[in-house]
Amino acid sequence: MGTLWFWIVAVMLTAYVVLDGFDLGVGAVYLFVARTEEERGQALRAIGPVWDGNEVWLLAAGGTLFFAFPLLYASAFSGFYLPLMMVLWLLVLRGISIELRSHSADPLWRTFFDGLFALASILLTIFFGAALANVIRGVPIGPDNYFFLPLWTNFRTGASPGILDWYTILGALMALAGLALHGCLYLALKTEGHLEHRALSTALRLWPVVIVLTCLGIPATILARPASLAYYTHHPAAFLAPLGVIAGLALMRPGLPARSRFKSFLGSCLYLTSMMVGACLGLFPVLLPAVGTTGHDLTIASAISGPHTLHVGLVWWSFGMLLALMYFSIVYWLFRGKVSQHAEGYGH
Amino acid sequence: MITSTPGKHHQNGAKHPMDALTLHRIHFGFTITYHYLFPQLTMGLALLIVVLKTLALKTGDEKYDVSARFWAKIFAINFVLGVVTGIPMEFQFGTNWSEFSRRTGGVIGMPLAMEGIFSFFLESAFLGLFLFGEHRLSRRMHWLSAFLVFCGSWFSGFFIIVTNAWMQHPVSYTVNAQGVYEVASFWALLFNPWAILEYAHNMCAAVVTASFVMSAVGALYLLQRRPGDYGRIFLKLGVVAGVISCILQIFPTGDLHGKYMAKHQPAATAAMEGLFHSTKGAPIAIMGQPDYETQTIDNPIAVNKVLSFLIYGTTSAEVTGLDHFPRDQWPSALPLLFYAYHIMAGLGTYFAALMAVAGFLLWRGKLFTARWLLWPILLSWPLPYIATTAGWMTAEIGRQPWLVYGLIRTSAGSSTHVSAGNSLFTLLGFLGLYSLLSILWIILVYTHIQSGPNATHHTEVTLA
Repeated sequence: MGTLWFWIVAVMLTAYVVLDGFDLGVGAVYLFVARTEEERGQALRAIGPVWDGNEVWLLAAGGTLFFAFPLLYASAFSGFYLPLMMVLWLLVLRGISIELRSHSADPLWRTFFDGLFALASILLTIFFGAALANVIRGVPIGPDNYFFLPLWTNFRTGASPGILDWYTILGALMALAGLALHGCLYLALKTEGHLEHRALSTALRLWPVVIVLTCLGIPATILARPASLAYYTHHPAAFLAPLGVIAGLALMRPGLPARSRFKSFLGSCLYLTSMMVGACLGLFPVLLPAVGTTGHDLTIASAISGPHTLHVGLVWWSFGMLLALMYFSIVYWLFRGKVSQHAEGYGH
Repeated sequence: MITSTPGKHHQNGAKHPMDALTLHRIHFGFTITYHYLFPQLTMGLALLIVVLKTLALKTGDEKYDVSARFWAKIFAINFVLGVVTGIPMEFQFGTNWSEFSRRTGGVIGMPLAMEGIFSFFLESAFLGLFLFGEHRLSRRMHWLSAFLVFCGSWFSGFFIIVTNAWMQHPVSYTVNAQGVYEVASFWALLFNPWAILEYAHNMCAAVVTASFVMSAVGALYLLQRRPGDYGRIFLKLGVVAGVISCILQIFPTGDLHGKYMAKHQPAATAAMEGLFHSTKGAPIAIMGQPDYETQTIDNPIAVNKVLSFLIYGTTSAEVTGLDHFPRDQWPSALPLLFYAYHIMAGLGTYFAALMAVAGFLLWRGKLFTARWLLWPILLSWPLPYIATTAGWMTAEIGRQPWLVYGLIRTSAGSSTHVSAGNSLFTLLGFLGLYSLLSILWIILVYTHIQSGPNATHHTEVTLA
């Protein structure tokens, strides 16, 4: 049961990374690839109907984590207090910048929200990458299962790390590059005209950067937490995840013909999914590794809720997920195809 | 870190006024109070938009579609502010209240996760269709998307109320040796009687807020003598919804909720009413200033025997006073609780009176020209926000000193490793950020109301 819920949360977080990932990525390259008012409107219309639903995956995953692994929720959220609060502020700023920009035609008003949208998106990808890297590297959990992590210490991994060290900064850069590429491929798929071409040429330049960072990231992970390899050495089938990473990178190679756009975007989805699965396999069955000598890893066994809660949860979770998949299919189906260049305003 | 000299604050073991626990409480209290300014409007407005879309479908009158489009824009502004200020709420359980989360996550985590999965997915998917899809969908499908947005937002309210109701009136749980709580019966948690009463009372309040806002915009247009029918449409729908919701707000929802609370949280009821001593035929204090030291109400305006009647249906029943309970079980912010409750109840009475007069004039066909009444209708729109906030303060301050009533004290729930300095840092951050949101809200809602429904109508025409 615990293993099942580990993977349920992992799947929900992966869905968040793949789905909200592309609209975060669009934000990260927004100022650069969308230059005119028309192009910016087009870029926003490409994510407008879906970004809010994509972000719900984060909330749904958070809620599921809360009831399935209350101890992890309590320990990790209070331990990552400051960066989490900053993530919340950035989510607030990003949400209002997408939605409120269109409510006035004043160029200054729009420029302000354009800048805010791009900045908040870039910082969010950086924070999310660093957060994931923190979980992989481990934190100094105390004997009471709690910790409190400073933003930085000496930038080294070890017994008393900070949120930012060389490894988590690498994770942040990987997330920024990976999601920016993901966003570019989405824009190349969904838009037309200059925006489409600029997104494509940016993707072509980002692609090798992502490959280099990925090649650095995997050995760095083993260096930062050698135990990450444990599951892989005992279960060779786990190496399918890194294979998926390579396949994703190969598949997404941004090509010029229009028919390859969807293939590239799928390749990017495969890449992000495999990276997430690979990271989860490196952790399993640990949820949050401890560094230093004071405390123990938080594991599935130590953090899991009671059996009745989990049984009942499984029933409504399955039902709810079916409904959610149905909604997502309807929305993505209705907004299929390219977003035209010359539509009136953003929505409404 | 705040370093404090051992001065007068620490005499008699009194806590520093800015200790971590107090700051965590202000942190949650401020962010949730601010957050709830938006959903109370959007939940009520979602219902009124469905009514407008239904009228459009039934009559085929384009004006109702234009009205729905106008209110959808106001809805969208408030919705996004509700969403972005709501995300911090779920996370704050873990960040600032980690002990509470660790011990009760197996119970309250469930409705919170269900809110995400059953309401937010629904709401976000169909709000996109509702706002972006009017030209892509058939009229019936567009109505359906409005209806599903309404369902999503009302489900969302339900799951939050279930969470709060368990804290107010914990039912159906088991607890292990480490003090960790689990759900004993899923359905008993979901249909906690407290949750049903609280939900009915709260959703009525949301409709009150929305109908006052809609009536106020209608009254504004009529007072401005704007051409077109929209002033009349908004005022009519606002007043009809207002009359119904204001009555339901008092009876039966408020009445039943109050009686249930008197039964299960007698100390909170005694403090709300300012009843220090158990009394047979207890009077109701309509106004006054409770004095914690002397245990009396200063300058009271009281009506004899009414409190006994309201709670027990008979004028002679004995109502338990605060003297019945040990001091460490008295709600800690007693005067604030007294005022919050009285502000809520007083405003609720005023709303019912105002709407009754407006409803009468509407029936007689005189409302649209009764400028003397349009003024108070216009000026009253902020009051439901105050009443609703005061109502929630009554519920939450009344629950003190408990975080989960009778089971976990508030002082045992906060994050032990998050210091006062860190909590204050992020509290100030939220204060600054939410000030920005308030300014944007005022600018956007004001300009949208000033430009009016015809503006949206005209752009549509010129583009066509």
